[in-house]
Amino acid sequence: MFSRLIPGIALIAIGGLIYLMFGSGVSPDVQATFGMNPSYQSQAIPIPNLVLPVGTSIGILSLAVIFLGGWQLARGIRSTSIVIGTIAFAFVTAFLLWATQGKSFSLVGMLSSSLVRATPIALAALCGVISERAAVINIAIEGILLISAQAAVIVATLTHSLYLGLIAAVLIGGLMAGIHAVLSVRFKVDQIVSGVAINIFAVGATSFISARFLEKNINALNNSGTFPMISIPLVSKIPILGPVVFENNMIIFIMLFLVFLLHIVLFNTPWGLRTRAVGEHPKAADTLGVNVFLVRYVNVILSGMIAGVGGAYFTIGSVGRFDEVMTAGKGFIGLAAMIFGKWTPIGAFASSLIFGFADSLQIKLQILSVPIPSEFLGMAPYIVTMIVLAGVVGRALPPAADGQPYEKH
Amino acid sequence: MPTVLELHGITKSFPGVIANDNIELTLEKGEIHALLGENGAGKTTLMNILYGLYKQDSGKILVKGEEVDIHSPNDAIARGIGMVHQHFMLVPVMTVTENVMLGVETTRAGVFLDRAAVAKRIHEISEQYGLEVDPDAYIKDLPVGTQQRVEIIKVLYREADILILDEPTAVLTPGEVESLFKILQSLVDKGKSLIFITHKLKEVMNVADRITVLRGGRVVGTVVPGKVTREKLATMMVGREVNLVVKKKLSEPGDVVLEVKGLHVSDERHNLAVQGVTFDVRAGEVLGIAGVQGNGQTELVYALTGLAPIERGEITIAGQSLRRTTPRHILEHGVAHVPEDRQKHGLVLSFPIHDNMMLCTYYLPPFARGMVLQDKEIIDSAKDLTEQFDVRTPSVFIPASSLSGGNQQKVIVAREFSRPIKLLIASQPTRGLDVGSIEYIHNRIIEKRCEGTAVLLVSSELDEIIALSDRIAVMYKGVLVAIVPAAKVNKEYLGLLMAGITPDDTIEKAARPTDQVERVF
Amino acid sequence: MDANEVKPKKIKPSEPEKPDAKADPKKHSRVWRTLAMPLLAVLTGLLVGAVVIIVTDPQVIAAYKNFFQDPLNALAKTAESIGTAYGALFSGALGDPVRIFRAFQTFFASGDSEPLLRAFWPLTESLVASTPYILAGLAVAIGFKGGLFNIGAEGQFLMGALASAWVGYTFNLPWYLHLPLALLGGALAGALWGAIPGYLKAATGAHEVVNTIMMNYIAFRLSDWLLNGPMKAVGYRPITPLIESTATLPRFFPDPSRLNLGFIIALLVALLVYWLLFKTTFGFEIRAVGANPDAAKYAGMSVTRNFVLIMALSGALAGLGGATQVLGIDHWVGQGFSAGYGFDSIAIALLGKSHPLGVVLAALLFGTLRSGATRMQSMAGIPIDIVSIIQGLVIVFVAAPAIIRWLYRIRVAKTEEIVLTRGWGR
Repeated sequence: MFSRLIPGIALIAIGGLIYLMFGSGVSPDVQATFGMNPSYQSQAIPIPNLVLPVGTSIGILSLAVIFLGGWQLARGIRSTSIVIGTIAFAFVTAFLLWATQGKSFSLVGMLSSSLVRATPIALAALCGVISERAAVINIAIEGILLISAQAAVIVATLTHSLYLGLIAAVLIGGLMAGIHAVLSVRFKVDQIVSGVAINIFAVGATSFISARFLEKNINALNNSGTFPMISIPLVSKIPILGPVVFENNMIIFIMLFLVFLLHIVLFNTPWGLRTRAVGEHPKAADTLGVNVFLVRYVNVILSGMIAGVGGAYFTIGSVGRFDEVMTAGKGFIGLAAMIFGKWTPIGAFASSLIFGFADSLQIKLQILSVPIPSEFLGMAPYIVTMIVLAGVVGRALPPAADGQPYEKH
Repeated sequence: MPTVLELHGITKSFPGVIANDNIELTLEKGEIHALLGENGAGKTTLMNILYGLYKQDSGKILVKGEEVDIHSPNDAIARGIGMVHQHFMLVPVMTVTENVMLGVETTRAGVFLDRAAVAKRIHEISEQYGLEVDPDAYIKDLPVGTQQRVEIIKVLYREADILILDEPTAVLTPGEVESLFKILQSLVDKGKSLIFITHKLKEVMNVADRITVLRGGRVVGTVVPGKVTREKLATMMVGREVNLVVKKKLSEPGDVVLEVKGLHVSDERHNLAVQGVTFDVRAGEVLGIAGVQGNGQTELVYALTGLAPIERGEITIAGQSLRRTTPRHILEHGVAHVPEDRQKHGLVLSFPIHDNMMLCTYYLPPFARGMVLQDKEIIDSAKDLTEQFDVRTPSVFIPASSLSGGNQQKVIVAREFSRPIKLLIASQPTRGLDVGSIEYIHNRIIEKRCEGTAVLLVSSELDEIIALSDRIAVMYKGVLVAIVPAAKVNKEYLGLLMAGITPDDTIEKAARPTDQVERVF
Repeated sequence: MDANEVKPKKIKPSEPEKPDAKADPKKHSRVWRTLAMPLLAVLTGLLVGAVVIIVTDPQVIAAYKNFFQDPLNALAKTAESIGTAYGALFSGALGDPVRIFRAFQTFFASGDSEPLLRAFWPLTESLVASTPYILAGLAVAIGFKGGLFNIGAEGQFLMGALASAWVGYTFNLPWYLHLPLALLGGALAGALWGAIPGYLKAATGAHEVVNTIMMNYIAFRLSDWLLNGPMKAVGYRPITPLIESTATLPRFFPDPSRLNLGFIIALLVALLVYWLLFKTTFGFEIRAVGANPDAAKYAGMSVTRNFVLIMALSGALAGLGGATQVLGIDHWVGQGFSAGYGFDSIAIALLGKSHPLGVVLAALLFGTLRSGATRMQSMAGIPIDIVSIIQGLVIVFVAAPAIIRWLYRIRVAKTEEIVLTRGWGR
């Protein structure tokens, strides 16, 4: 009885807080315009923009949360996810309404940019999933992203072929991960130490090459252009969903493809079964004749190749050149997404979307000149990561043998 | 009877120890051949060689008369050899079907897992051998006896003719042991041949056709149960006359030291593992908690030592309530704890012996003055204790990891017994130890009891419980189903209780002399 | 100068946990074996660094294009490349022997100490560079001892620097109050920055690796805001005001020598950490929790409380590092102040095997390397990032001694390998 009271009261309080923070002080006729059509030339069927009265909408959102609180008091709500999801949705939407009051804000643009910004995080998270499902922790994702990004742009500029650049990124990613695999599996180096060493090396090597060669030879080595946007026929006509999902560049499509492919492989093929067994109980797999070391090597190298695609995003998928330490922690955020997604590909993707949304939100807000210093907004993705980890990690169970080198006694 | 398996001159050594020394063993078709020996005798090593997990240094293996080279479990499986491991090789978060098909997966279109086909075959095997199991259940939800059946099915699915069973009865109630023996009989009736590894004398006499005894890596002899006595077998196992009987005085219990009332404790997955347990232990008596592992004993001990929170109920130790205390406080209050897993919880293996000796008392004088450690006192005390408690080690400076299992346990015992204690909680204190160490630890426990300490003994070795306890409690699914005086019960009675069955009064309960108890290792 | 004078005098490391160990006949060979590994790791790292230098030198590449016509030229250019690079490294790190000799001559002849100061300037600069490394290295090492991986040293360093700078320019007190206060401020700020991930680990089990990295990024953003806002000095550069002279760490020699009290403080702190770890009950707990948290819990130690304390202590040390850098050298904080210290300190802690003495030696080595690398960059045009490459390699070699053993076909001491991975949140 007591334990139902507290969340209920908290919900009601939060609802009130939302209204106080965002709704009060808004003049009644202020509106917010949410753009529903992409700003570029798109295949999508145009639809009218969404215009909402700010004060009323915020009021409705606050009421929704309060209503939830009342429900909790009266009958209790079983699912924590519904509660948290509703609070998050209400909070963010009210915030957006408040920030957009009197102005217009491209909602489709933001959704699209969320998916785009989620891509490197998702690829990093997928890398983590494949590696950790076989029980090898891969902290080196950040370093692999960095090195593959540089390799992609150099090769693409030299050969005038973006696809060759992509292949180079994938191969280098696999190579770096292979080194990590050898260190962790064969030499049984502590996996975190090995990962950190690779990160340090990657930062040094990429900065070295950047300073030594790229700065003086921009056009010969560091100017590759980027993958063009592709519109998938038919489905890109769907309003909102079309431009957001089906009008993107190659790398994002690859990412989406990988999410589903990896999910199927992991849970419905013999290789996936063996990988999961090796990650949970390697001894059991060993006694049944599964080659634990081979499975780990292959998984880690594959994961590196996936991270290679992620690295390629930063350069040939985004700005067309390499800047020192341009990955800004996305590799680590990917790990948080992996944990939040419970080590499944689809879960990792969904979590990456949340992070991508936070990332794109803070940039949009800077553009909207919201009265919060841009530096603080810039902290948002990292703070969100910490909160996510704190809330989720104790309860999400990683593969049981995660991080432990396998000893054949 | 044709011979299906022959081992000739198998030798295997590891750094510092010869695990198998020139072993000779034959197995005939349809036979149950027991491999008997105390912990550390080399039985598991030998079977690991047979199953391809190790490679022998020298010697030959012949399967059905043909010499074979076994480099990996795949080779063994291909030859029709299957192993049912002591610690189950099952992935808890996967289903029965997935565990069974791992490594030999059936596929649809060559790519996708075909769980349905495998489940069908599992049903067939279940029917054939009487191994009831639900193919879609998750291993973690299955009781231990059922998990073992899955292990057996795994082996049969791969069409093994020779089955190795490694200490299969370690985790079973007496009732489940009976069921297992019936299954073994049915396997043998269908033409399988079995090797049965164990250290339990009594079982072996009941079930084996022949017994090979290993000691110190060597074969001592191969005998037939009808032609040998238990005493002879024990002597073969240990190499000297073994006292199978423990002498102890009649217990004269004093005041209540430990009182537990209506205790509820949850496990790591927030399920209630201990449900409304009530009992007490008095000074100078041993209360033994019998029960197969996994029925809440571990969580009960955690609650008693402050490592798990008390959901509901009360624990009082010598008048002090445990509701809001820390593990340190409990230790200071005179509680000693010999943990189940000595390497994980009992010792810091990388620390030297002297540090381990003071792991619980390092912050107290004379080992520390304020914050500063007093090295001289620490080392002197460690040297004393090593002598007193018969820890065989060249010095107190070497890390605990270089000690044998028995000596590691003695270090823990030395540490715990050297403080003034009112209550001793001993969890599986002799698991995996050699006979000499087992004797030693049993004697020290009885000694403490005679000194007036209250002793709570938790063990899944029923014989140990019956030998050492004055009163016996049985835990089943988190509930204390009975507390009975040790003198008034026997194994069968306890076995039924451990399986959750309430025996009726027609069960014969043998009365035994109360000043001596039969002990088996 | 011969090889013995290149490094500061090495004190034979003894095993602190065995006060009256019996005379070990193999003690000398054991010392060699313990030292050999890190030495070889560094040597191999330098070798690979040399290869990188050669391979990326345009002159050498050009020479090798004509290898078959003129092989001697190619080899000569190779030697020249390495020679220039490592020569610059050496003279940047320790000084030019000839110049030092001449400076001594001048000093004894005329009492003029200025040439001497100038000649020794590279050496004192190396010591100056080592000071923050000693403290940051100790920070990470203490974390390792407690089983925690503190990658947040860089953020903690930065917060410590900012806090001590703020105390430095805000107050006006006599030096015996101002200086300790500033140092304390730095340590406290670092402690706070470390305690947060420590608390999160204790309360939720969240792994400190990701959280400390996140705290780093947050620290960078926070410092951006502070340096452009509340802590900005007059003018248009994003830097803090100069600290008061009462808060500066006194220097030993006149300009341009920058060697200051901070170096001594760092050494003293190292001694303190040694005493703490091996001679006190708290240190015993740290080591027990690091070696086996389960057993530590069973023995009555509070593992969660220790997590927070260890991270706080670690952060305090890193923060103190930042403070000494500000108060002793720069006297103000600007952007990029803490760059590199985070990763470097991890390499130092690993190289020094998390033992305070090892950390001091490794820190001296790295400080010397970094100091020399600056000169290598200006004289030989080799980007300073090569030090990071060498570092990454050194870490790998130290963490996987098997590689060194394989490379050199020797038997090297099988020392206790650090195991930090206990999975995510358990």
